[in-house]
Amino acid sequence: MTSFLDILLGGVFHAAVLFLVAAGLQLVFGVQKIINLACGSFYALGAYTGISAVTWALAHGLPRGLFLFALIGAGLGLAVIGPPVEALLRTVYRRDEAFQLLLTFALVLIIEDILRMIWGANPQELGNLYMDYGTVGKGALTVPTYNLLVIAAALLVAIGLGLFLKRTRFGRLLRATAEDRETSATLGIEVGRVYTVVFTLGTVLGTLGGALVVPTAAASLDMSVDLVVEAFAVVVIGGLGSIRGAVVGALTVGLMRAFAVSFVPEMEMLSIYLVVIAVLIFRPAGLFGKAAA
Amino acid sequence: MKLAAVVGLAALAALAAAPLVLEPYPLTLLLQFFAYGLALLGLNLLFGYTGLLSFGQALFVALGAYSAAVCTRKLGWHSFELVLGVAVVTAVVVAVPVGLLCVRYVSIFFGMLTLAFGMLFHSFLFKFYTVTGGDGGMLVERPSLLGMRFSEMDKTTFLTRPFYWYALGLLAVGTVVMWRLVHSPFGVHLSAIRENPRKAEYLGVEVRRLRLIAFVIAGVYAAVGGTLLGIRTGLADPELAYWTHSGNLIFMTVLGGFSSFAGPLVGAAVFIFLQDSLMSVTQYWRLVMGMVLVVIVVLFPRGLVGLAQALRARVIGWRRDARAD
Repeated sequence: MTSFLDILLGGVFHAAVLFLVAAGLQLVFGVQKIINLACGSFYALGAYTGISAVTWALAHGLPRGLFLFALIGAGLGLAVIGPPVEALLRTVYRRDEAFQLLLTFALVLIIEDILRMIWGANPQELGNLYMDYGTVGKGALTVPTYNLLVIAAALLVAIGLGLFLKRTRFGRLLRATAEDRETSATLGIEVGRVYTVVFTLGTVLGTLGGALVVPTAAASLDMSVDLVVEAFAVVVIGGLGSIRGAVVGALTVGLMRAFAVSFVPEMEMLSIYLVVIAVLIFRPAGLFGKAAA
Repeated sequence: MKLAAVVGLAALAALAAAPLVLEPYPLTLLLQFFAYGLALLGLNLLFGYTGLLSFGQALFVALGAYSAAVCTRKLGWHSFELVLGVAVVTAVVVAVPVGLLCVRYVSIFFGMLTLAFGMLFHSFLFKFYTVTGGDGGMLVERPSLLGMRFSEMDKTTFLTRPFYWYALGLLAVGTVVMWRLVHSPFGVHLSAIRENPRKAEYLGVEVRRLRLIAFVIAGVYAAVGGTLLGIRTGLADPELAYWTHSGNLIFMTVLGGFSSFAGPLVGAAVFIFLQDSLMSVTQYWRLVMGMVLVVIVVLFPRGLVGLAQALRARVIGWRRDARAD
């Protein structure tokens, strides 16, 4: 029974991180209709920057216990790359989606080498700093507090994002733009500005996801291309463009992976793709999507 | 039509003479070009002519390479003609059901579904060690060509002489067949489907059936290219099926220009030689390749062939102007 709970919590933790990246993918797709293959690269960038930020802050007198803030700072600080990347993508908004996909694929190649230039080809890690937060629970069932904090943070982001989209003025502008770009522009919405903000928000969700995961897993150059396919599975299962779908999709993928790793390791990724294909065939709009094929 | 035949024959003659002049290393790169050239001719039937962007074409390349590995290594079938036959049959057997599911969708959904199938195959290759050799892949043994084993030759000589010419022959045949295909009523129907599937349907074009046929042909071309790749490296490994490999295939197609017949061939050649020379200069070759892709996508969406055509049109324009003066 305890091992079952262990697996469950491991899966939920993975789902929490996946959700952050996938939510970024969803936002950008929902509004800009672009599938951003570079979302995994933003995630990797967040992870590497997170390590450097924590190392730097600890060397400059940050108490060990506050390392989480250095990570969050790194994740949020990477917002600066959002606007320039969006400006690049702006050149292909009116083009065929093949070009949009390819442009984000070019970013995957470029960012991978930038990471290699700055941090080298060897994986980087933070040691087990995160165990400073201790554990929750007793005996066989103990969970690192840090993992629970990350799950809570992802939940907060999910709720915050939902409220932002539903309740705030900017959220409404954003949804209007997603619904109909031309009409929104006619009604005086600055579509260009909305796009910049949305893309930057999407970027930050990715970098934050990477920064938060890095205390528990090493940062490596492969993490970007590996994560993209998982994030992609999440949005397909949940439905393209839907934040609620991203929550459900992330939980599905996270839990399925965790249980597959423990019981049928061969099926770790295979099971996920099988579900993705089943969803695409029987319900192409995903569980919560409204877009028709 | 005539010009294309002349250019094609000249290129074929030059490539056929290459082993007499060039060092082995560039010849192995050309071999890689023949393999990718075949895969891209197929991909462009799907993408450039039919308008379906497959992000899982690497699946079929891997299928070809693994067919070669299974035939030569596990079954001891060394005849390359037999390997090709197995690769083609396997590609058809996989492409028909996968295609039936995929061609119901277009644009981004088609892309995602093909990506998912590609990754499904990748994780199968990667995880089922006992069947596929896992991440180490499977070795591919030297095949016999038309019954000849060439066992007295070392590997490089085999690859750069008999196998080189054989592969060039395959590419030439593949190119001619594809040329006939895209200029046949079938090819015209595919273009009609790309331009306006609804209208094509009204005019009696069986959209899904033709899309499926294009999908299967593309898969067969990729698998044949895959057998060449597998024999060239002597290895079939799961990375061949990874999604970034599919991304590279589209990269090559767009680099050359998907709106012209020769574009993918030009793209494959330029990509392979550019990547190779970059790799010998810097470990950051991905960065440069990425930037090249950005420039192509943003500034020259019709690729190198489109650029060449535009330049040619301009030069002809200048000459005409000069004459008019």
